[in-house]
Amino acid sequence: MDSYLVAILTVAGIYLILALALNLQFGLTGLINFGVVGFYGLGAYASGIATETFHAPFLAGLLAALIIGAIAGALVALLSLRLSGDFLAIVTLGFAETIRLVFNNEDWLTHGPSGFIIVTRPVIAGLSRTATSWMVLGVILLAALLVLLLMMRLADTPYGRVLRAVREDDLVPATLGKNIFMYRLQAFVLGSAIMAGTGSLYAHYVQTITPDNFTTPVAILVWMSVIVGGAGNMKGTVLGALAVVFIYEGTRFIGPWLTMLDAEQISALRFIIIGVALILMIRFRPEGLLPEAYQRPAEAASRITPSKG
Amino acid sequence: MTPRLMADGLTKRFSGTTVVDNVSFYVDPGQIVGLTGPNGAGKTTLFNLLSGVLKPDAGTLTVNGVDATNLPPYRLARLGLVRTFQLARELDRLSVLENVQLAARNNVGESLTGALFRPAATRQAEQAITQRAREVLSLVSLSAHESKPAAALSGGQKKLLELARCLMAEADIILLDEIAAGVAPHLVEEIAVLIRRLNREHGKTFVIIEHNIGFIRNLASRVVVMASGKVLAEGSFDHVAADPAVVASYLGQAA
Repeated sequence: MDSYLVAILTVAGIYLILALALNLQFGLTGLINFGVVGFYGLGAYASGIATETFHAPFLAGLLAALIIGAIAGALVALLSLRLSGDFLAIVTLGFAETIRLVFNNEDWLTHGPSGFIIVTRPVIAGLSRTATSWMVLGVILLAALLVLLLMMRLADTPYGRVLRAVREDDLVPATLGKNIFMYRLQAFVLGSAIMAGTGSLYAHYVQTITPDNFTTPVAILVWMSVIVGGAGNMKGTVLGALAVVFIYEGTRFIGPWLTMLDAEQISALRFIIIGVALILMIRFRPEGLLPEAYQRPAEAASRITPSKG
Repeated sequence: MTPRLMADGLTKRFSGTTVVDNVSFYVDPGQIVGLTGPNGAGKTTLFNLLSGVLKPDAGTLTVNGVDATNLPPYRLARLGLVRTFQLARELDRLSVLENVQLAARNNVGESLTGALFRPAATRQAEQAITQRAREVLSLVSLSAHESKPAAALSGGQKKLLELARCLMAEADIILLDEIAAGVAPHLVEEIAVLIRRLNREHGKTFVIIEHNIGFIRNLASRVVVMASGKVLAEGSFDHVAADPAVVASYLGQAA
């Protein structure tokens, strides 16, 4: 049970980083990225290939994932007609699917559907099994904390204000002298690089990656985390990712209670439960658990005056 | 003297229809130019050409002596030209204060590197910007609303918010697209006073699209009348008001 909790927390940390990166792209900047798993998977394989095929250390693999994620993000961004709404959504969706097909078919590079084995771990050698899993958890939570601090900083500065303005109506910041394409490009590239970096962490945690690890259900959980938490609010994303992962993982335990269902039906039922939760959320609290504040708290604090009178 | 704004032969067609047809005009520093004409005359399309929102099919645009033809809107803004929109485009989920802060120029905290690696400079700039944004908000009588989301403002207040953003942007040339439309009468008078004051005390140059003839007569040193995409008449208010073509096309209906 103890090790199960560690595993859930590790997975929650991974989903949290992905969701924070998506919240930068979608929540703050309004960029629709349906290709989360594409960048995530790209980083996982890039890091795995760096450490196993080229025998690089873990940190070099992580760096390779970040760089390749950034390059892929820039290419996707430049391909999709200056990142205008619908085109970006379609291109990212196509990108993720293409990437998955490459993983599946380029056996010489990825070992295809049988899986790519990764021995390198982000830990000190010689630890016990339990200590190792705690250390991996520590590394992932540390990464999540760093990304959270980075995102909160960006959201809270004038930089984040421009991103939100681009999201609301890009013509306004454009006519006020902001190079909106640069802002979109930066937000998209930064988010994509972080997603790929998360892929690296995931790969060295699970140690065997297959193309099936990077399919749409993962993206759905990440999108749900952002929407449930409150798009645009980084703390909300923490809450959203925890809620989604614990609901999703918690539903593993319904199996023994529903003996008339087989494993496949149980697995489908878990997504049904998640889906119902999302529908209820959007129906009754569309702004999410922690909605984005429309004013920066520090500024508002000195100016809150009762409006009645 | 270099004109603030010079349009030479600007032309824009939409699927065969020429909406702005070979329009040439200039605006000298410190002028308030009124742009008027019946609905569909091409006034707003001309504004879109002047602010870089649309690219002209022909003609050139010069802003503050720099060739600005085909420049994107953000480059024109950096040359000192900002605008408001006919239908107010307030940023709904930003506070009123944030809407104005956004317009500040050369804000160090608006760059990725500034926001991340120069926290002290970012904080300092933001303090100065916040103070100036509050001054601008008090000029347009929106101080009491600064913490509200811009979506909560009335239609007239949204127009004032757009004007506030233009003032915050420290532009030389401000294009106002029907700034008085939908604004309460006592505020229209306040806007007129404000425009005159900004013009006289701060040397701001304005181009104003307006159907309200009284507003134009009161403010504009020169009036350009458009009809069917062309400049129909140009000159002092009294001069264009006496032009038979203008009377026939537009003023005649209003009078």
